[in-house]
Amino acid sequence: MDAAFFRAWLAEAAAVVESQRDHLTQLDAAIGDADHGINLARGFGAVTAALEQASTPSPGSVLTLAGSTLISKVGGAAGPLYGMAFRQAGKSLGSKPRADLHDLADALEAALAGVQKLGAAREGEKTMVDALAPAVSALGKAIAEGAPAGAALAALADAAAAGAQATISMQALKGRASYLGPRSVGHEDPGAASTALILRALRDVGARGEAT
Amino acid sequence: MKKLINAPEAVVTDALAGVAAAHPGLAVDIENKVITRAAGPTRGKVGLVSGGGSGHEPLHVGFVGFGMLDAACPGEVFTSPVPDQMLAATRAVNGGAGVLHIVKNYTGDVLNFEMAADLASDDGIEVTQVVVNDDVAVQDSLYTAGRRGVGATVFVEKIAGALAERAASLADVAAAAREVNERSRSFGVALTSCTVPAAGKPTFELGDSEIELGIGIHGEPGRSRGEMAPAADIAAAAMDAIHADLPLSGDLLVMVNGMGGTPLIELYLLFNEVNKYVQGKGARIARNLVGNYITSLEMQGFSVTVCQLTDALAELWDAPVDTPALRWGR
Repeated sequence: MDAAFFRAWLAEAAAVVESQRDHLTQLDAAIGDADHGINLARGFGAVTAALEQASTPSPGSVLTLAGSTLISKVGGAAGPLYGMAFRQAGKSLGSKPRADLHDLADALEAALAGVQKLGAAREGEKTMVDALAPAVSALGKAIAEGAPAGAALAALADAAAAGAQATISMQALKGRASYLGPRSVGHEDPGAASTALILRALRDVGARGEAT
Repeated sequence: MKKLINAPEAVVTDALAGVAAAHPGLAVDIENKVITRAAGPTRGKVGLVSGGGSGHEPLHVGFVGFGMLDAACPGEVFTSPVPDQMLAATRAVNGGAGVLHIVKNYTGDVLNFEMAADLASDDGIEVTQVVVNDDVAVQDSLYTAGRRGVGATVFVEKIAGALAERAASLADVAAAAREVNERSRSFGVALTSCTVPAAGKPTFELGDSEIELGIGIHGEPGRSRGEMAPAADIAAAAMDAIHADLPLSGDLLVMVNGMGGTPLIELYLLFNEVNKYVQGKGARIARNLVGNYITSLEMQGFSVTVCQLTDALAELWDAPVDTPALRWGR
């Protein structure tokens, strides 16, 4: 996977976030403040623009620029958290011109660690961690079992989607939804939902045969 | 959605252009969304920076000026600003005595201000962060992101701002800000929801006879839903929540704040109920604010904030202030 692959991932993520903008905002309206889709669409739009303008020769530089742009453009909690995730992933990949599946797994592990450090969230608290953590585990397991790239990325995306679905029955303990207490139960966490969408974009780009 | 706007994505910048035109005492960087005093930083004075999502006007932009803030960074509607804005504001107001960041306790605001403070320290600017968390509706901080910062933010900005004008040290200004926060409690009630312009429809639905108790300031639902009742009963419910957390005694500073869509006649009616409640507990409202100071777009509803005054805090409250939204003594 080269820099072009990672740029394609972010372009796909921007497209899927834009198409799901109102859905994410509606999820946020139920248990937050009705801006998640709006903010992420604005942020990934800015990422697309930044990547068009800057030279990003390595996978690491692509993700680092994406992270910095999200921090600068999104605001809210999602800006720093997604920004940190992409920056940590970029830092993990370094300046190598290509990343293999192991590198990607390490990068997503670093992203998860960055999000958890900044947001102090653990699994089960109804946050994006509930999609990202099982996804990272599933990718690691698939790699250990010798799965090909396409299947490994599918396992990653499936686990993220299942993780996001699992937040429906959780009570929020972090973020704005936590103010609702038990009333937060019964709604999908918007951050977990957007994480699942972004990782689905990674799977879809991989399925086009570029994840070699 | 009926709103007096040109385009949902331009609400904040279009409004800032209006602020710039209306208030020549402010320097408004519309593109970067940083508002400072036109006179620039005061040498040797602690700089006060606050910020948060837009939609709470006059907070924070309306409180930039002599005796209060040196700078404000408004984010998109209900979305915290980004570290770049806060860093630009911090640099702009640094008069060599350090900068105080006044942050409402919402996850996004805290994270972005922490990042900005980190970046500012790379510049050699000393930054202290004070987090305001006065909302008693959030009962259990163990299972939540902690109490929200709401009405007490106005008190913190006024009193810390007054002290900063007297060339107090950063440590002293921060201590005063924390003291105000610790002595203050708030509770909010919504009669209607509100519509984020870019979302286009109300954040939540309330029936004709329903009210939302324990709301924050972002149109987020509260802790519980109740039945519409006489103002005396609703005021008592809000004051009971405050009194249970911080028993009312002595001289109080009380703000009855409209959420944006509440007529003043109702706010004064509520103030009367709050005053009677306070007197019933043997305390006294020594200072007050009645009006729209920290709002939630066009939401109908109110919040009440109580601060237990000391003589020193009352004197700082009375000190001259000259901002678009608070002005006296000068």
